[in-house]
Amino acid sequence: MHQLWLIPALPLAGFLVNGIFGRKLSKPAVNAVAIGSVLLSFLWVVKTLLALGPLESAYTESYFTWIQSGIVNVGFDLAVDRLAAVMLLVVTGIGLLIHIYAIGYMSHEGGYYRFFAYLNLFMFFMLILVMAANFLLLFVGWEGVGLCSYLLIGFYFLKKSAGDAGKKAFVVNRIGDFGFSLAIFLTLVTFGSLDFGEVSAKAATMSPETTAGVVTGICLLLLVGATGKSAQVPLYVWLPDAMEGPTPVSALIHAATMVTAGVYMVARAAPLFNLAPIALDVVAFVGLITAVLAATIGLAQNDIKKVFAYSTVSQLGYMFLALGAGAYSAGIFHVMTHAFFKALLFLGAGSVIHALEGEQDLRRMGGLRSKIPVTFLVLMCAAVAIAGVPPFSGFKSKDEILLAVHAYSPWMFWVGVVTAGMTAFYVFRAIFLCFFGTYRGKAHPHESPLVMTLPLGVLALLSLGGGYINVPQYLAPVFGQPNVDHDMTLVAISVGAGLAGIFLAWLFYVVKPELPEALARTFSAPYKLIYNKYYVDEAYDALVVHPLRDGSRSVLWRGIDAGLIDGAVNGTGALARSIGAGLRTMQSGYIRRYAAWVVLGSIVVVAMVTFLGGAR
Amino acid sequence: MPANLVPSASEFLRISPEILLTVAGTLMMTLESMFSRKRTLGVIAFFALLGAIGLSVAAHGDPGAAFHGMIMVDGFTTFFRILVFATGMLTILMSADYLEKAKAESAEFYALLVFSIVGQSLMVSSNELIMIFIGLETSSIASYVMAGYLRADRRNSEAALKYFLLGSFATAFLLYGIAWTYGITGATNLSEIRRVLLSGQTADSALLLLAATAMMFVGFAFKVSAAPFQMWAPDVYQGAPAPVSAFLSAGPKAAAFAMFFRVALTAFEPVKASWEPLLWASALATMVIGNFAALRQTNIKRLLAYSSIAHAGYVMVALTAASETGTAAAMFYLAAYAAMNLGAFAIVTHVARRGERYVEVNDMAGLSVRQPLTAALLTVFLLSLIGVPLTGGFFGKFYIFKAALDANLVWLTVLGLLNSAVAAYYYLRVVVVMYMQPPVDEEMALEAPSAGIAATMWVAAVATVLLGVIPGLVLDFAGRSADLAR
Repeated sequence: MHQLWLIPALPLAGFLVNGIFGRKLSKPAVNAVAIGSVLLSFLWVVKTLLALGPLESAYTESYFTWIQSGIVNVGFDLAVDRLAAVMLLVVTGIGLLIHIYAIGYMSHEGGYYRFFAYLNLFMFFMLILVMAANFLLLFVGWEGVGLCSYLLIGFYFLKKSAGDAGKKAFVVNRIGDFGFSLAIFLTLVTFGSLDFGEVSAKAATMSPETTAGVVTGICLLLLVGATGKSAQVPLYVWLPDAMEGPTPVSALIHAATMVTAGVYMVARAAPLFNLAPIALDVVAFVGLITAVLAATIGLAQNDIKKVFAYSTVSQLGYMFLALGAGAYSAGIFHVMTHAFFKALLFLGAGSVIHALEGEQDLRRMGGLRSKIPVTFLVLMCAAVAIAGVPPFSGFKSKDEILLAVHAYSPWMFWVGVVTAGMTAFYVFRAIFLCFFGTYRGKAHPHESPLVMTLPLGVLALLSLGGGYINVPQYLAPVFGQPNVDHDMTLVAISVGAGLAGIFLAWLFYVVKPELPEALARTFSAPYKLIYNKYYVDEAYDALVVHPLRDGSRSVLWRGIDAGLIDGAVNGTGALARSIGAGLRTMQSGYIRRYAAWVVLGSIVVVAMVTFLGGAR
Repeated sequence: MPANLVPSASEFLRISPEILLTVAGTLMMTLESMFSRKRTLGVIAFFALLGAIGLSVAAHGDPGAAFHGMIMVDGFTTFFRILVFATGMLTILMSADYLEKAKAESAEFYALLVFSIVGQSLMVSSNELIMIFIGLETSSIASYVMAGYLRADRRNSEAALKYFLLGSFATAFLLYGIAWTYGITGATNLSEIRRVLLSGQTADSALLLLAATAMMFVGFAFKVSAAPFQMWAPDVYQGAPAPVSAFLSAGPKAAAFAMFFRVALTAFEPVKASWEPLLWASALATMVIGNFAALRQTNIKRLLAYSSIAHAGYVMVALTAASETGTAAAMFYLAAYAAMNLGAFAIVTHVARRGERYVEVNDMAGLSVRQPLTAALLTVFLLSLIGVPLTGGFFGKFYIFKAALDANLVWLTVLGLLNSAVAAYYYLRVVVVMYMQPPVDEEMALEAPSAGIAATMWVAAVATVLLGVIPGLVLDFAGRSADLAR
């Protein structure tokens, strides 16, 4: 036994201590508990992985039988294989860095202990999600991280927009969870098990004719779940709004870890997806559409966190594209490198916002290069990584994805290349607007403390060099050997697109700052369209939210919930003074109406049973 | 055969819980004046219920029929007996402080509660339509009075009156259905009815039989607040004293479902095909009405009332499945629901304070700051009502929809899951108010929860989480007891 349970249990203990006693603890004590628990968890991951050695097949620990009834038999089992190992290192490692950063970032905020308690709770559920050996336990983590996400988005609850954003995230994710839970039921009914190993073994032995339809169904439902959690079309709308949460939360939950849960889940279910080529095609399409759509929106946003948020959506689209192309290992590779550079982008943005006392609008930044040089330097590292400049980490993983996509479908490769160009453009647009030119704001910028810049430095090194961790090779026993030959022409094309994007951004925002303005005027219609995010939020409001709300008000609330308690049976005056009064109230509006309902209902019921039943 | 008239010792053992409670209730009424402190009577009632649980367990050791097949003690009976007795005990814990503040603590309340529970215990153990009717009436009449217990409070009176008038109306349908059934089959014993229906002797009066089942359905549906007979529940739950609403939503409802399951799955199982579409439609309508009407409620008692309608809908799904897994799922669900709902109502009772002045959702504002522990426990109950994993509510729904899928009720499962997705919204609103709105200054300070309320909260919370982490504790027993004696 390697005591895998300790890995999630440590942050849980941190949550309990801070959650229950946090109010009475001093700040250093809260820090020690929060950081200490994650640090120990990280060390336990490292220790376990070293002890487990090559880990060619999954290592499982069963703790107890969770459900046993009839054919359902689900255990409380944790498992580690190479896929989980990569995720574990990313989650605990990046999580640790972000926890440290948060000490500095949140030092002036109210509810300090509460923040760290939620953050630790999040780590607990995320680790459960990653180590779950069956769909049900994965679902536990899945729901749990969602819950923490809403709590943390709404952390600044005095701000109305923060509360609204939390609710939006919750509601949109419910739609995804609905799909996921249906997928779980369907899996259970089809395979009689929820254990990953057992399900894939059974799926492999069933004849294609019997599995084709139902496995495709399961995979599509899983995809619905993944689109919710990982912010894919059409359920991506909650993620940009989620930026209302504190910046470390954006970095940890809404960039590096939780939002990649959908990617992880699809990779986990790879044995099923491999049997359902149609579902894989849908995954690829969803990913591609998301990547393009979000990248174009990112071109025209002015809030620095929103730019990076749409960038996250777009990069997640890339990962789904990889999954759809069957290049699972490339997708997970991108999960890792993305965790490095996107966490860095957000934390760097946080450092900028911290320096400018809360300013997030790119139009009121500029010229900060010399004022906050460390932040500038690390953000440049992240930017070259995401733009796909060789030989940094983003280049390596994006390259892997694009080559696989080319083998899968050449036209998708070209769309992916154009998106890569846009990615480079909007990231460097943000960098140039923020750090070059002259300062356009009023605050007095100051560099962040060491406790914040230190994690930034570590992440910068990972963003630059993380690509040399050969994840696809490591994951070969899980997903098979990636059989893509590195065609240098294709590599050159994608690198060229990235460099072109950077050059255009430099031209637009450094050399000729008046140019974007003019372009926006010339192409005002398309500009407005992307500036307003294709009006998707408005469309959802008009098509879904309003009809639902008005419908439930007029039909159900007014129609069915007409009764009320006013202390005097519906306003007919005092009652129960005598039997006579009691009888008189029978004449009163509502009771009579209720009785009419009972009669009507009974007639319907009797008629329904007699005629429907009799007809058989 | 005069020897048959003397019941055997084991027959007495099989109804010993009811005997104990009836004696206790009667003594409490007659000896009230001996106790100057009315709380003592609550303690007596509490221990009588505890004793009844002990006797139920003892009776379970000797299962079988009693009194000419009128009573049937099997695992199903024992399960629901213990459930309603435990509900009663928690209700006593919750009410003592409430009644004291309202200056209305008396033997009457505790005795009524005990009598009502005797009725429910009979409902879950009868194997005979007339006995079921007697149990139902015993339980209902006591409940009507309890709903209007604080006579001076007009909200109570209104709730009681509505409950009584509509309840009697529905009972009449049930009785009429029983009469027809007797006319057609010549029997009131469930096993006997089943035998007659299976024998095919009733083929001539098939239509009449269907009408009889439909009328019985009206009576049962009313008692479990299933559509289209749910309309009384919001008014009654809102108007009745909060601890009584808690009781009504847990005890009588569980007992009513128990008899509904027993009657549907034993006596009328041979004509299953004819009532299945009706249950299907009713289950769906109940879920939809409950969840969507709850979306707009501002009074938290009314919100929980609609939530209880919605949850009745989920149990109706299990009934529609009409299988052993469905029955086991419903048993588990009703136990989990009793735990989480009693817990939630305990906190509502606590926050409402004297005279129930703070019963709006907005009155929960800032609870997380004032009493973090209370807020955290309410969050646990609400998460369980939503059906978040690691709580009893999650597994309840999981088993029910699993049973429904096994019974090929694909669309009902899909629509039910969609409903439970919607439901999350209104429960979450309460959490949001507790955690994300600053406390408002109120004229009446919120004291620390009384010992009784605190005990209820904690017992309910432990049960809710335990059922979510180790569901096997209850599910194993439910699974073994779902095979109803026929």
